[in-house]
Amino acid sequence: MRWLERHVPKLVLAPSFIAVLIFVYGFIGWTAWISFTRSRLLPNYDIVGTIQYQRLFASPRWEVALNNLFVFGVLFIGISMILGLLLAIFLDQKIRTEGVLRTIYLYPMALSLIVTGTAWKWMLNPGLGIEAMVRGWGFENFRFDWITDPKMAIYTIVIAGVWQASGFVMALFLAGLRSVDGEIIKAAQVDGIPTHRIYTAIIIPSMAPIFLSAFIVLAHLAIKSFDLVIALTGGGPGYATDLPATYMYAMAFSRGDIGQAAASAMVMMMIVFAIVVPYLYSELRSKHD
Amino acid sequence: MTLRMTLAASAASLCYASVVLAGPQAEVLHWWTSGGEARAVAVLQEEFSARGGTWTDMPVAGGGGDAAMTALRARVLSGNAPTAVQLKGPAIQEWYEEGVLADISSVAEAQGWADILPASIAGHMQCDGVWCAAPVNVHRVDWVWANKSIIEAHGIAMPTTWDEFNAAAEKLQAAGITPLAHGGQSWQDATVFETVVLGLGGPDFFRSALVDLDMDALTSDTMKAVFDQMRTLRGFVDSNFSGRDWNLATAMVMNGEAAFQIMGDWAKGEFLAAGKVPGEDFLCASTPGDGYLYNVDSFAMFSVSGDDNIAGQNLLAELIVGESFQKVFNLNKGSIPVRADVALDEFDSCAVLSANDMVATAEAGSLLPSYAHGMALRGAQAGAITDVVTAHFNSDMSADDAVRMLADAVANSL
Repeated sequence: MRWLERHVPKLVLAPSFIAVLIFVYGFIGWTAWISFTRSRLLPNYDIVGTIQYQRLFASPRWEVALNNLFVFGVLFIGISMILGLLLAIFLDQKIRTEGVLRTIYLYPMALSLIVTGTAWKWMLNPGLGIEAMVRGWGFENFRFDWITDPKMAIYTIVIAGVWQASGFVMALFLAGLRSVDGEIIKAAQVDGIPTHRIYTAIIIPSMAPIFLSAFIVLAHLAIKSFDLVIALTGGGPGYATDLPATYMYAMAFSRGDIGQAAASAMVMMMIVFAIVVPYLYSELRSKHD
Repeated sequence: MTLRMTLAASAASLCYASVVLAGPQAEVLHWWTSGGEARAVAVLQEEFSARGGTWTDMPVAGGGGDAAMTALRARVLSGNAPTAVQLKGPAIQEWYEEGVLADISSVAEAQGWADILPASIAGHMQCDGVWCAAPVNVHRVDWVWANKSIIEAHGIAMPTTWDEFNAAAEKLQAAGITPLAHGGQSWQDATVFETVVLGLGGPDFFRSALVDLDMDALTSDTMKAVFDQMRTLRGFVDSNFSGRDWNLATAMVMNGEAAFQIMGDWAKGEFLAAGKVPGEDFLCASTPGDGYLYNVDSFAMFSVSGDDNIAGQNLLAELIVGESFQKVFNLNKGSIPVRADVALDEFDSCAVLSANDMVATAEAGSLLPSYAHGMALRGAQAGAITDVVTAHFNSDMSADDAVRMLADAVANSL
């Protein structure tokens, strides 16, 4: 009986542990293996070295995809955090309709990225959306055709992504703002410190963990972005808005180039590791302290 | 005693049941799920049942066949391949190399396929000399569609050279009409590109560049001229074209917003569905230059076990190439029969033109596989070329850079 008591947690967890072991780590290992083979249509297990990685980094399309990930990631995370923080601070001013506004700002998060992408595709289409509307008001020279311009198209993805995510970031920050000890703020107000200084010197620094959480959530959203691109631009014009995830999909499912897809998946995973491992490290260390 | 008799009776009835079930069986994986296509495949299903077969339908919609290929991969890896799968072009040989295709030479020889199919199309149906697939239809890719009233109002005839096309387009542009309806999706860019390669380079150049991937051809001055023509065509497209579906571009021609569209003959289906009449409302002609680019749908036959399955496979192959199916299917699908001996009375004028051109180009040796539709090259190589074509078309890249990128991309994909 005591044996059972001691081992029940392990027994209960064992199935999911085994499932994770096989379906997450097992398949990561399988993908790594495939990425060192010349697999085309079907997997082939003869290891031939790093040819797929050489092909990957010689491909201009992959270069575009990586650059786009960088541009999209930095802007998406940066703008979402700044907007989210500003919205949270404004909402934190004890305004009357906070509940309504909070819901409105949070609502985009409830939409699927496919819906966001399709709606923004129409709005950004120069013949149907914003450009046509402003021209209809009489501003004949107004131009907003980023979605058809290969150099600017990636920024349309940033716009749609920020629209979707900044409300969620706001909710995170709002929770953070509310958790700051009110006594400290009152003490600062008694000392006559101006409000903007209270925010920059007291409240925001004490919210550091929230920043980190928001960053991690947004970073993984950015790296795995797939549906937004597919719905908004389909990777176009040309392949100007390809991201690593859409590159991998094209290789694996349209072109019958599984080895290449596996290599790109491994590189994507390494990018995620590069972000998550320092975070985990700092989290674990702070537990030990 | 009674028990034993009952057992014997039920055993006998079981035997009888299995005898009934042992008719030809076929499980068919395809992605013909939309309107005309679904009707077309239902024709095959009826013929198959009429000959006593049991058809198990396995339609996998979505992604232009990507989803179906994912399903196929899973089925083959688990050792349970369907009887027949909608596959085309070099993909058939790719699957053959995985060792999973069946030999249907007995049917092909009994039906005399070698005599009734054009030689270059028959080549796609053979794997190392044995027949492994059955062709269903022929779509022509190098078509230009035109709105008749617009081009007549401007005194323009259907262009027979790319220079004529450019002159006509400039005239239309000056009159405020979008000359070329186009959708900015990479496969549509590739479709236009290959017709320009055929038109400017001729059939031999097309073959060495886009079938044999000859590096000299890919980096030649002719190829640079092709990219320059693509740049010119980019100027004839409206500013809204990014991501537009092909059928919306067809609608632009239909509604008189644009004059021309370069697209395979599935575009004809859109015109016909809207009640437009070829020769009266819209015109069809091959794109400038000689030759014929085909996109042939086919069913590849996978290795199956059991006499009933093999019988089903053979029956299916026989019916697919059979005259009645070829006629009814292609009337529904908008393509033309793959065999030249089918009566064309019920087909429209564009289809008759296509069929006559197919016979003529087959004799002249200019009946060529479409690269943009996966007939000429394997997925990785075709995709690499498309990447360059679409990157060039959607940017201000020079023809020199495009040709250099093309050579690099092809080399990198091998």
